Amino acid sequence: MTRATRTRAPAKTGVREDPASAYDMTASDEGIEQRTLACIVDNEPGVLARVVGLFSARGYNIESLTVAEIDRNAHQSRITIVTSGTNHVLEQIEQQLLRLVPVAKVIDVSNSSGGIERELALVKVAGKGDARVESLRISEIFRAHVIDTTNESFIFEVTGASQKIDQFVELMRPLGLVEVSRTGVLSIQRGKEKAG
Amino acid sequence: MDTQTPKQVAAEQLTGAEIVMRALADQGVDTIFGYPGGAVLPIYDAIYAQQEVRHILVRHEQGAGHMAEGYARSTGKCGVALATSGPGATNMVTPLADALMDSIPMVVFTGQVPTHLIGSDGFQEADTVGITRSCTKHNYLVRDVNDLARTIHEAFYVATHGRPGPVLVDIPKNVQFAKGRYVGPEAIEHRTYHPRTEPQDKRIEEALALMASAQRPIIYSGGGVINSGPAASEALRALAKATGWPVTSTLMGLGAFPASDKQWLGMLGMHGSFESNNAMHDCDVMLCVGARFDDRVTGRLDAFSPRSKKIHIDIDPSSINKNVRVDIPVVADCGKALKALVKGWVKVAGKPSDIKPWWKQIDEWRARKGFAYPNSKKLIKPQYAIERLYELTKDRDVYVTTEVGQHQMWAAQFFHFDQPNRWMTSGGLGTMGYGLPAAIGVQAAHPKALVIDIAGDASVQMTMQEMSCAVQHELPVKIFILNNEWMGMVRQWQQLLHGERYSHSYSDALPDFVKLAEAYGCHGIRCDDPANLDDAILEMINTPKPVLFDCRVEKAENCFPMIPSGAAHNEMILGKISGDEIGEAGKMLV
Repeated sequence: MTRATRTRAPAKTGVREDPASAYDMTASDEGIEQRTLACIVDNEPGVLARVVGLFSARGYNIESLTVAEIDRNAHQSRITIVTSGTNHVLEQIEQQLLRLVPVAKVIDVSNSSGGIERELALVKVAGKGDARVESLRISEIFRAHVIDTTNESFIFEVTGASQKIDQFVELMRPLGLVEVSRTGVLSIQRGKEKAG
Repeated sequence: MDTQTPKQVAAEQLTGAEIVMRALADQGVDTIFGYPGGAVLPIYDAIYAQQEVRHILVRHEQGAGHMAEGYARSTGKCGVALATSGPGATNMVTPLADALMDSIPMVVFTGQVPTHLIGSDGFQEADTVGITRSCTKHNYLVRDVNDLARTIHEAFYVATHGRPGPVLVDIPKNVQFAKGRYVGPEAIEHRTYHPRTEPQDKRIEEALALMASAQRPIIYSGGGVINSGPAASEALRALAKATGWPVTSTLMGLGAFPASDKQWLGMLGMHGSFESNNAMHDCDVMLCVGARFDDRVTGRLDAFSPRSKKIHIDIDPSSINKNVRVDIPVVADCGKALKALVKGWVKVAGKPSDIKPWWKQIDEWRARKGFAYPNSKKLIKPQYAIERLYELTKDRDVYVTTEVGQHQMWAAQFFHFDQPNRWMTSGGLGTMGYGLPAAIGVQAAHPKALVIDIAGDASVQMTMQEMSCAVQHELPVKIFILNNEWMGMVRQWQQLLHGERYSHSYSDALPDFVKLAEAYGCHGIRCDDPANLDDAILEMINTPKPVLFDCRVEKAENCFPMIPSGAAHNEMILGKISGDEIGEAGKMLV
């Protein structure tokens, strides 16, 4: 899943900068922020398509998305979505998600005090000599594990906040970075309560 | 009706097709609109074997969908339509999208290829749940006959609870043949979907405090009041009476408040009344109930009612703060919230607001007579035709549907409604071809009533084939065509915004509607003289079978007043207008 924020269409020329019509309301680039939302949904066929379809139909961004069943007996899944938009758009996204019949709950992970976010990445680095040693040394700093090795490559497994993974990937780039696979963001709430 | 209790039938084994019919009967469905085909033949076999549910055979699945919408809108019940797989299902997409936009409760059944053929590009296979996912409130593909009864009951629950909408149930043919257990509607409880209907006391108190301080208040009501049921319309009337406030309404909300009441300002929005739009612009407190600040209502957003505090009552939280920021959101069923406001007003104020200067201002706007038009003795003006239609039918049990375009706006302006559920129109999606089948659906629900589709010559041809359905089922709908030989609203925009370049908006080679009526076995009437219009309308009313009325009207008449897109409520254009009054920005926003 791409990390880049999708660029928005620039405001049409000839249209006033402040919204003059509902057609024009999303043209503003001001105050775009990122937000992580977790949806507790009934795990029924098509539920992921409903959530993703909502984002594409209403022109919202998805920067990362993870989904898996979390309670087999209750048929519940948790979908964690990293999205971006103005505060107004983000509020709408939450409400529109709640409108979907199988969505039981939407948690604003970014704005709740107890929200924890983690991501896992597999990072392949190829190299010899000093670069190879340096990559291993940095991986220790990041508490990454080596899960596969050949004479000329490592695969690191690294877990943490997305920014930490971004940093790790950047540090590996000059040391022979080959490719990266990331899970996207997972989230959970601190404390003893259950979200569903 | 079936006299067995659900418990007695709980263990009974029925085929999937029988389960469908049993579930419909248990849901109190008396009429469905459908069209047979390979993938629904087992259901048609079950229809053949029962008496409880009447089936109206349509001529195109789109017709079935709009008939179900008309049935639903005029009764407050859930409409039901049935179509086969593939093309049957894709033809249903327009009515589904229409019902979603206008919040019409509807359950649509489609056949599907057998489960083992799904995904094989089988004959008449389409990914129906995929195609309809974004034009339904919810949809289901039923792969196991033992899930069928529960799914159908759940579909009715979802369609009619919260903000109503269309729900589709896709049933593979082998599931229709398979035997399984039936469960009654009482056993169903939805896992997650429990929309809030009771207003929060705190919000009602805040709203009442704001309302008590109002100097220039207005009630802006919408289709939600009609969806909520007759009690909501009663509560709206009670609140208007208690507060003495002026009332306006959206296109979808007409009839919830009586047009004959002196507090009624007429419809608001792009072609709404001069007084309602100016009152919206200048008000200090706006009570929006069951409406959604649609772009045709707000006009230019940054100039929309700039000095008002806004209260918004809506059952759908996503409607609140979507287009317009409001000060007091009330998430609730309209009827319940309005009742709470009526009750609370007695304590907070106890008498109508003292707003004489505001009414004086409104009366000045009224005196501008925004709907005035120059009449003619030679030609029938479309406005005059609707005025006469209203005068000659108002004392009857009358229901009106429309197509989409100029005639729709003139109908909204010149036909007046004192009761809810009497006015069926495609508001959100703007579906040309809605009115004729919708009228048939209304007539099926109200066999003795006078049901009129106020139509345009272009729109009516989109679903004209359903005249054959009306004749077959002896549903004497009256199709009153304002025939100006143009796609009138397109022509109007081309005149005003596109330099009078009338690109493909003239309907050359129109059919002879009178002969067409006769070909269908209906009665055809043509009138082009204002002096004969009353007699012709009376002839239509008194004909006990379907009628196509070809009312030849002034060809170049424009629909005014009008807020050009991109303009504000207080920038309404009355009567004659020159093209350069609409700016470049406005043109783009049409």
